[in-house]
Amino acid sequence: MRRRVFLAVISAVIVTPFFFSGCAEDPYIPQPAVDEYVFRVPSNFPQPVYNFANNTVSEAGFKLGRKLFYDPILSRDNSTSCASCHQQASAFAHTEHRFSHGINDQLGNRNAPPVYNMAWLPYFMWDGGINHIESQPSGPITNPIEMDESLGNVIAKLSATPAYRAMFTDAFGDDTITTQRMFRAMAQFMGMMVSANSRYDKYMRGETGGEMNAQELSGLSLFRQKCASCHTEPLFSDYAFRNNGLAADPTINDSGRTHITQNPADMYKFKTPSLRNIELTTPYMHDGRFITLDQALNHYTSGVVAGPTLDPLLADGIPMTAQEKADIITFLKTLTDISFTIDHRFSEHAVSHEH
Amino acid sequence: MFPKKYLLGALLAGAFVFSSCKKENPQPGDDGTPATGSLTVSLSTNVNGQPLVLGTQTYLNEAGDSFTVSMFRYYLTNIVLYRPDGSTYVEPESYRLISESQPGSLTFSINGVPPGDYSSMRFMIGVDSTRNVSGAQTGALDPANGMFWTWSTGYIHAKFEGTSPSSPGAGHMVAFHVGGFNGPHHGIRGVSTSFGTARASVSTTSTPTVFFDVNLAEWFKNPNTISFATEYNNTGVNPTNKMIADNYADMFTLNHIQN
Ligand code: HEC
Ligand code: HEC
Repeated sequence: MRRRVFLAVISAVIVTPFFFSGCAEDPYIPQPAVDEYVFRVPSNFPQPVYNFANNTVSEAGFKLGRKLFYDPILSRDNSTSCASCHQQASAFAHTEHRFSHGINDQLGNRNAPPVYNMAWLPYFMWDGGINHIESQPSGPITNPIEMDESLGNVIAKLSATPAYRAMFTDAFGDDTITTQRMFRAMAQFMGMMVSANSRYDKYMRGETGGEMNAQELSGLSLFRQKCASCHTEPLFSDYAFRNNGLAADPTINDSGRTHITQNPADMYKFKTPSLRNIELTTPYMHDGRFITLDQALNHYTSGVVAGPTLDPLLADGIPMTAQEKADIITFLKTLTDISFTIDHRFSEHAVSHEH
Repeated sequence: MFPKKYLLGALLAGAFVFSSCKKENPQPGDDGTPATGSLTVSLSTNVNGQPLVLGTQTYLNEAGDSFTVSMFRYYLTNIVLYRPDGSTYVEPESYRLISESQPGSLTFSINGVPPGDYSSMRFMIGVDSTRNVSGAQTGALDPANGMFWTWSTGYIHAKFEGTSPSSPGAGHMVAFHVGGFNGPHHGIRGVSTSFGTARASVSTTSTPTVFFDVNLAEWFKNPNTISFATEYNNTGVNPTNKMIADNYADMFTLNHIQN
């Protein structure tokens, strides 16, 4: 009870200005943050790229972002939500399909990547075409083979839904629904999706549950020698664009980074993916051509195709013995963060609008 | 809406916070803030002197292709006003989407201008790189305005759409969407106009209007003559994007100033 009174007073101070038009320009500060909805940098992580200071996470903003992420209202025919292609059990990747399936079951030509640790990404998509977490949802929403909806229509549909007007009011102080508010709420949700509780993380932080056996430790040291120059710890990516020597698929002819820069020097380069939760996110590579981690590692030993843009680090492939591969794969499985895949905050919730 | 229990608290507490509210429209001078005035900009679009009418009206480009115009929109941003002594007024949040189909957008006011005589004006066609990489924007920069590429995020600085019998495209369509905020082919262009000996005299009581002619034909000539037989549909940041931007950089001409 005491807490409730306290909350009422706090909220009074915060909401009161809105009853007086003269203060309409004051920035709205939503209700005090509850611990679960505070963004925290894991102690073994660097500072994030996304600046939460301009979009402070609140419980209301986060829950609004979550509702939007799970709601097919963002697609033209209300059939497809973000979660249709990004599922929590697989760290928000899409595991059944090599290519993502969108509206009318149309096939895309890229593999849906997992969604976690998005606050650390300098750019989004395999080709880095999207430069900001707040701009990211506009890509799938307007993509004709994903959700095929216009931003204007999304705003009209949300504005016509009383539950959304209530949730926007809770998150932003009034029921004006704009793309900016929608995208900021989604950035709160996706930005909070931090995966940093794998066994590897606990090992690095010296926490209980962080024990690694001899084979895993051998895998870690091999990984640091052979893979970490691109899949750099602790995020397991350097977020550079690189050609890791996959044979180009002539039926898709995906030029990668060149699609964005028009620069021939970027041909077949893709953003180095993180390898966290890799055990859960099959299929692998931008076109999902590999099903197993064995196949992915065999690529590096024997599948690397030479070409003008091949990364120089891979000029001779990566020599590994069968034992070394087995050790690396055993290590990669310590990057699985099951707590992330069952964290109730990120699961779909039946939304009832009440406090 | 806010739950009732909080609402009650809110009303009770209201009395204590009310006094901290700021006045919405402070009168010039009455609280020590310097008094300011306004300057109006009025844009009149033409094609080589013929007034622009969207729809069926036909025009000729430099290459001799006849064409009609269905859409003409561009961002006019980052306005700076100069006085003869070099001092400036930099308009904050200076982003406007000018759209031929919305006549209201062709005349606008710059407010908060310190009184004085102004002798030139600078602005940009297009959205500066900062706003291209700063996430969700609103108002004129709302991506729902249709001036935003979502697959390679960034603003479309300017759009021309129409038809020409010379175009081999479907329905003889012609479309140029100019974008890009970095790299050699980007479409942002600075425009600098001197008022010559004329002055726009801003005071707290009088608002000058600066009249510009905007010549759409400039998109397709000087320095690059664009023929719709070969270039009719460009919506990416490539050499054609740069050619069009180099062309439209001088589509504005000062007509006159009314004080
Ligand atoms: C039809 C399936 C599909 C839908 C629906 C979909 N996505 Fe994706 N998502 C993908 C694919 C495929 C990619 C990779 C695209 C690319 O690289 O071109 C992707 C990429 C992403 C990324 C970038 C991850 C990274 O590592 O760069 C994020 C974040 C994301 N999606 C979030 C969302 C959100 C938010 C929504 C809903 C607004 C959404 N997705 C809807 C398939 C989908
Ligand atoms: C030269 C940089 C580089 C090195 C070294 C490198 N990788 Fe990669 N890796 C990449 C890039 C780039 C991709 C994405 C390629 C694509 O899809 O086009 C990738 C993709 C992967 C994937 C698929 C990830 C996914 O989500 O689909 C796995 C698994 C992988 N690498 C494991 C390894 C291992 C293990 C090593 C060390 C033996 C290694 N890589 C060394 C750059 C590198």
